[in-house]
Amino acid sequence: MALPTYADPLERAWHYAYLVICGLIFLFLIAPILVIIPLSFNAEPYFTFTEKMLTFDPAGWSLRWYHALVSVGMQAPDAGTGWWSDMWRNSTWVRAAKNSILVGFWATILATVLGTLAALGLSRPEMPWRRVIMAILISPMIVPIIIIATGMFFFYSDPCGIIGANCGKLTSTYTGLILAHATLGIPFVIITVTATLSGFDQSLIRAAHSLGANPRTTFFKVVMPLILPGIISGALFAFVTSFDEVVAVLFLAAPDQQTIPRQMWNGIREQISPAILAVATILVVISVLLLTTVELLRRRSDRLRGVTGR
Amino acid sequence: MTSVPLLTTTDGRPLKAALAAAGARARRRALFLVLPLLVFVIITFVVPIGQMLHQSVYNPYFSRNAPNVAAWFAAHPVGTEPDEAAYAALADDFRAMQAAKTAGEAATRVNYTLPETRSLITKTARAAGELAPPYKESFLAIDPKWADPAVWQAMRSSSTAYTADFYLIAADYERSADGSVQKVPEKQQIYLKLFAKTFFLSALITVICLLLAFPIAHLLATLPMARANLLMILVLLPFWTSLLVRTTSWIVLLQQKGVVNETFVALGLIGDGNRLNMIYNQTGTIIVMTHILLPFMVLPLYSVMRVIPPSYARAARSLGATSWTTFRRIYLPQTLPGIGAGALLVFILAVGYYITPALVGGADGQLISNLIQFHMAKSNWSQAAALAAMLLVGVLVLYWLYDRLVGIDNLKLG
Repeated sequence: MALPTYADPLERAWHYAYLVICGLIFLFLIAPILVIIPLSFNAEPYFTFTEKMLTFDPAGWSLRWYHALVSVGMQAPDAGTGWWSDMWRNSTWVRAAKNSILVGFWATILATVLGTLAALGLSRPEMPWRRVIMAILISPMIVPIIIIATGMFFFYSDPCGIIGANCGKLTSTYTGLILAHATLGIPFVIITVTATLSGFDQSLIRAAHSLGANPRTTFFKVVMPLILPGIISGALFAFVTSFDEVVAVLFLAAPDQQTIPRQMWNGIREQISPAILAVATILVVISVLLLTTVELLRRRSDRLRGVTGR
Repeated sequence: MTSVPLLTTTDGRPLKAALAAAGARARRRALFLVLPLLVFVIITFVVPIGQMLHQSVYNPYFSRNAPNVAAWFAAHPVGTEPDEAAYAALADDFRAMQAAKTAGEAATRVNYTLPETRSLITKTARAAGELAPPYKESFLAIDPKWADPAVWQAMRSSSTAYTADFYLIAADYERSADGSVQKVPEKQQIYLKLFAKTFFLSALITVICLLLAFPIAHLLATLPMARANLLMILVLLPFWTSLLVRTTSWIVLLQQKGVVNETFVALGLIGDGNRLNMIYNQTGTIIVMTHILLPFMVLPLYSVMRVIPPSYARAARSLGATSWTTFRRIYLPQTLPGIGAGALLVFILAVGYYITPALVGGADGQLISNLIQFHMAKSNWSQAAALAAMLLVGVLVLYWLYDRLVGIDNLKLG
């Protein structure tokens, strides 16, 4: 933002003060995320920068918290042979990561497939009761998670009870968690895919039909490639939502169904150890990768649809 | 007047009917695409919420274990002195409870309406074998509290499976001995105060978010695209980073021996002895929630500011307005849609926040969600459901307002 030539000295001073304020707000946004990365390499069990770290003395830095992290739950963390298979099978955090990925993967598939179909319907001009249906489908994002988890706890304890049947229960099962997380991820898929479809040129579909393509070919050859960036963004949002979700897991999962957020939750509630910072650092790296992917996809989508800027 | 010939399609149907049929077909097709998801969301989301609402007015644990005394209550109006028949009915119920080992759950239900009655009921149920006519004397021999009309009133309101008691409790009301509804003593009023605190803190966080988001959204909107996109990453990265990670880093930053306090001490701003308490209290909740919700304010503000033409401000300046007047009278009114959208969204999200207050709120930074969880953990499901229902109503009103003012279609993520 350039300063206009007619600005008087007071306005100039305010302009620079304004830039400094903006800088501080950006610092407030980003510093907490970046500061834990170096702290996770602390050689001491403190949550602050030691003198050795600040002078870049190699002795002040170490990977001990990453090692400690992986070792939790392992049978023989110091054994030379079989370390990798031991880690893969027994390490608490690795098992939590496997659970998180399993639940997140299926929840994402479910949310993305159903969400994309619905978004295609919602984007049609002739869709009836559009507003009400949209409001219902977005509401899992708006209703507080504690209310959703409470309701799901009652429902999943006896899912067939309301129709007078008995079909076991969904609490403490992976199916229950996947269904819960898919519900929470759906609004994100709907929002991103309808946003992509809002700039979609409907005449392309008519053109494809007039050239002899059947509805299936039209969808896979014309519509799909154009909205794919939006679908992938939505899927990533849904995955992140599941990957970061802890309240539904606390309410619905069995004690041995650990996920990464649940492990972190326990770690923070009990004695917070620098090993948590190691997990946090890994998760920050993952979110940077995801953000980059989504940004690239968004630009590609804008380019495909002929939108420049936003 | 000449009659207009009926327009028909080539196969002879009236055009109007053919058009209506085609329109209906298109509507059916669109609905058909949405239907699977709608059914899914109704089963996994709407039905559970409905079940929760049911749970908030339904608690059969006393009524189903004490059918005899429930029948006596149904036959006699409020305020009837319990007679020998009532005591006899209760004695029958206690014998049945003792045999089925259900006195605990029945006692718990009565205890919700009148605290400190649990032990009275379980104790009497354990001694059910000794109860003999005349029953009234027999009950009073076990515990003189049985003569207390408040106990009978509590059992009366527990004797129906459907009850509004949990809403009364959640609104800080109680039933007095004669069955009328009254406010609980000032000192015991916790629920409404917590609701008020939740709304106040959410409003405060919304205002702070607005104050912080406005300058940077303005900066992003006026910078050239390439640089704005670069700075936008600083807003979006927190958005994409795990909530627990952000909460963890704030704990690390703000705790007694954390980075912020250490820096302040090293700079000599505060003494080593009086380090600031910024976490595990209300301050911690406010700081961390502001940080987490800030992107939800920046994004709608940015998308509105981006399309405000700079020529209006220039025109105002050329007509002699000072920069402050230009901002106040020209720029600010044009950003109002963004302010409304962002503020409503942040407020809605803040009101129901659970994770952050639970982790960094300490004793005084807890919100209504944390109380819901507290009741869930103690298996007081009806109370948790009643509180959740009240919170839900608040959120839905705000959501409806958001839809009216902003439109759900305009919700954007990054």
